[in-house]
Amino acid sequence: MRSDRGQSAPLGLKIAAACGLLFLHLPILLIFVYAFTTEEKSFVWPPPGLTTQWFAVTWNRPDVWEALSLSVRVAAISTALALVLGTLCAAAVSRTKFFGRETISLLVILPIALPGIITGIALRSAFSLADIPFSFWTIVLGHATFCVVVVYNNAVARFRRTSGSMIEASMDLGADGFQTFRHVVLPNIATALLAGGMLAFALSFDEVIVTTFTAGQQQTVPIWMLEELIRPRQRPVTNVVAMVVVLVTLLPILFAYYLTRDGDQIAGSGK
Amino acid sequence: MTSAVSFQKVSRHFGSVRAVDAVDLDIAPGEFFAMLGPSGSGKTTCLRLIAGFEQPTAGSISIFGERAEGVPPYRRNVNTVFQDYALFPHLNVLDNVAYGLMVKGVGKAERHKAAEEALSLVRLPGYGARRPGQLSGGQRQRVALARALVNQPKVLLLDEPLGALDLKLRENMQEELKSLQKALGITFVFVTHDQGEALSMADRVAVFNDGRIMQIGTPEDIYQRPRTRFVADFVGSSNVLPPDFVQRYSGQHRWGSLRPESIRVGRAASGEGVAARLVSTNYLGATTRLALDADGLKLHAVVPAGTVLPAEGEAVMLTFNREHLHLMDEPA
Repeated sequence: MRSDRGQSAPLGLKIAAACGLLFLHLPILLIFVYAFTTEEKSFVWPPPGLTTQWFAVTWNRPDVWEALSLSVRVAAISTALALVLGTLCAAAVSRTKFFGRETISLLVILPIALPGIITGIALRSAFSLADIPFSFWTIVLGHATFCVVVVYNNAVARFRRTSGSMIEASMDLGADGFQTFRHVVLPNIATALLAGGMLAFALSFDEVIVTTFTAGQQQTVPIWMLEELIRPRQRPVTNVVAMVVVLVTLLPILFAYYLTRDGDQIAGSGK
Repeated sequence: MTSAVSFQKVSRHFGSVRAVDAVDLDIAPGEFFAMLGPSGSGKTTCLRLIAGFEQPTAGSISIFGERAEGVPPYRRNVNTVFQDYALFPHLNVLDNVAYGLMVKGVGKAERHKAAEEALSLVRLPGYGARRPGQLSGGQRQRVALARALVNQPKVLLLDEPLGALDLKLRENMQEELKSLQKALGITFVFVTHDQGEALSMADRVAVFNDGRIMQIGTPEDIYQRPRTRFVADFVGSSNVLPPDFVQRYSGQHRWGSLRPESIRVGRAASGEGVAARLVSTNYLGATTRLALDADGLKLHAVVPAGTVLPAEGEAVMLTFNREHLHLMDEPA
């Protein structure tokens, strides 16, 4: 990208880039500002006054805590499920050649390519067809469909880069299947799994569409926020929660990005 | 005496591909045994059958008298040095070498001591703290060797271990492997496609082609007395002579072989011999390799450097000692 290292870019290009970045990030900044506004019924610019009282109000709202706790539990369990299923699937697809391998690979990735609304409707009709009442577990299942993809993609990429003879070497040196997994496979894919798991967690945490179709009366954080926008009461509370959501989802993604970046170098060095 | 490794009519087929086809093989304890052949000849599959990564489609394998079918790799007293070394990138050199002892439950102090000793054996003392990624190709190869030897295997399998090394390093390692094998007395089974390597290191060589063993014998046997055209050609690129040609000199209508260094090249019309034309000369340092054309029959000769040679394209007279003309078993 740095073809003309010495020269700086033309002014027009700089302005265009700045405008693009502002367009992307200014609205997010606005949300943060409104978390400190003194006006609670509607968002007016500029804020009539600044206060930190909404943090205390949010802290004392039980519905916020319920939504947060549900979201964290759903994200944690879907991620755990995805870690197991995604890794197993990735191992099968990258280690062995079998009939229909490419098809399975495509089918696993499909849920993330499909619009969420399709996945949502499909799951909802499947649940009602099977007479499964909507519950915590139906949300988890819905989220697991796309969490698996994220873990799978990360794991498959790492498996492809690790030398297959390493597993044979481990067996050759006297390690059975379980010992080989624990001492050789797991350490080599650990960072990829951690990265995939964090991405999956972040995806699950802010998911709206599939959740609306698979949740009963429960509210995850994003659903709670949608409801709050309709009822204008203590509006800045939503903004405080929004800040928390940004932190909870952004940090894992950043961390995952750094993990996989370093992981590339580690995985390649053994060859 | 029980063989270290014994194959009885062992086959390994992958679908319609006969990677190994009815191979009989006996490797003596303490022997340095080479499996030589072009790629795809089945030599590596044979090695993997001994290691336990492959199971025979038919036939039986025994290692020191024990039947090996169905025994997984981790229960065989056999260790492998892999072609790509297969070191564990997440472990340092010492833990790589100690891995086999670690999974057997040997305590940390004891296994690290044994690993240090193994590293000294391959002349890498003090390298324990490094990562495999920080080592050169030759050093990684030594670590892979130490990692296999620390388990005190009864048979050590080496899958083209020198293939990735440069010439000088390869020659050094050949000598080291040979003396290591003598010192330890372990049976070495060595897979290679380099005939020079097989001949210089092994006690006996098995020449593979198309999943079958063409000939088993001492390096001298294989080199001087090839049984088939394939062996003659593959091992040291002997001149393969057609039956009609051989009949003129030996009276027998059989395929024959003549080593390039057995041919003497003289001036044309200097008495008896095979009339030929010198096509080209290749300077190889200690020797010069000549391509010759004897009335359509392509021959090679190797003469010592410094020999006065006719110009390329000139007519020459070839002579050879009839004892050096070897008749092959293969039917004409």
